[in-house]
Amino acid sequence: MSRIELDRVVVRAPTPGGPAPELTVLHETSLELTEQRIALVGPNGSGKSTLARLVNGLVEPTSGRVVVDGLDVAHRGREVRRRVGFVFTDPTAQLVMPTVLEDVALSLRHRVRGREERTAAAREVLASYGLEGLADRSVHALSGGQRQLLALAGVLATEPAILVADEPTTLLDLRNARRIGDLLLGLPQQLVVATHDLDLALRCERALLVDGGRVVADGAPAEVVASYRAGAL
Amino acid sequence: MTASPLGDYQPGTSALHRLPVGAKLLGLLALSALGVALRSVPTTAALLVLGVAACAVAGVRLRGAARALRGVAIGLALLAAYQTWQADGERAFVVTGSLVAMVLWATAFTTTTSIERLVDAITRWLGPFRRVGVRPELVALAFSLLVRGIPLTLEIAAETRDAARARGLERNPRAYLTPLVIRVVAHARATGEALHARGVGDD
Repeated sequence: MSRIELDRVVVRAPTPGGPAPELTVLHETSLELTEQRIALVGPNGSGKSTLARLVNGLVEPTSGRVVVDGLDVAHRGREVRRRVGFVFTDPTAQLVMPTVLEDVALSLRHRVRGREERTAAAREVLASYGLEGLADRSVHALSGGQRQLLALAGVLATEPAILVADEPTTLLDLRNARRIGDLLLGLPQQLVVATHDLDLALRCERALLVDGGRVVADGAPAEVVASYRAGAL
Repeated sequence: MTASPLGDYQPGTSALHRLPVGAKLLGLLALSALGVALRSVPTTAALLVLGVAACAVAGVRLRGAARALRGVAIGLALLAAYQTWQADGERAFVVTGSLVAMVLWATAFTTTTSIERLVDAITRWLGPFRRVGVRPELVALAFSLLVRGIPLTLEIAAETRDAARARGLERNPRAYLTPLVIRVVAHARATGEALHARGVGDD
């Protein structure tokens, strides 16, 4: 299993539009994440997405270090990105090619050089997620659930060791949210998922409650979720 | 959902589908040059017939061709009116007819050429320029993002217009243009993040 370490990480952001002091998005945080399925829960703007983005290098720490499987994200970002896949809340931005097949093929360009072989491999990936019937369809013509499934398939085609998902079910209806949730939890990869779906969080091995840029609870999901519910109500 | 005004790729086995990307692009270039060099009614009529034939061979659906032309219809109408006023009807036919023919060829091209093939072709063509610092994969990716960006921008524009209408601000250009620019830039940024996250461009 992979190992994600945050060593005294602080993230600050400039205050928009003025010389006001910088905003601390994440206060000093040290963590070791070794469980297979880890949930990040908390209110909007709490810092859980920032925490998730640190793992892939999408957000750089203002101070401190993020280390993934012994690789410092700040210095070995390329290798880290090969190890860490990332799924966004809104898949629209993540789907960068016009058709379903081409989008998955884009993910395979690192591994499969020949076009014919790449197309065949992309079709296999689509078949494994039940998307083979949509191969030649425009990504614009997909439903929200299909788009998110395709975004996930595109990321998993790169065979990452770790998958980070930032609220992957927030824009989905109940059925699709359940489907994506089941798929995520069944993956062999280490999973870090920032989510408002507390049922999904409860099915993980570890949960972290983030509030006001701090990890305020960390442990068994049942206890962390209960603590979150108690604070929210 | 808004589709591309140039038409989406449709898999097939037509002669145009089988033609190499380079040959299609060169043909497109040659016909466009012909339209500009030989400005006459018979040439324009022939180019239009060729454009319709190319769409028919490519299997472009009537709706696809109409959508492609609708996107430039207002510009063409204004151009035709201007040319008729400044010169005559014949001149208007030659100028606008050539443009319509080019749109039809472009539609036939995008309908028969997948972005994947186009990206491969651009990567191959730019290969020799690696030694002077050009990164063919990145250029090809930028091109594919440009093609993808057209329908996305139209989609965002339609949503933004609806939002302005919903607030009764359809006659206020600021209420439409400001959020449109902000959303397009935000989308570009999100796409950059997604590419970064997928390690695309790290080669």
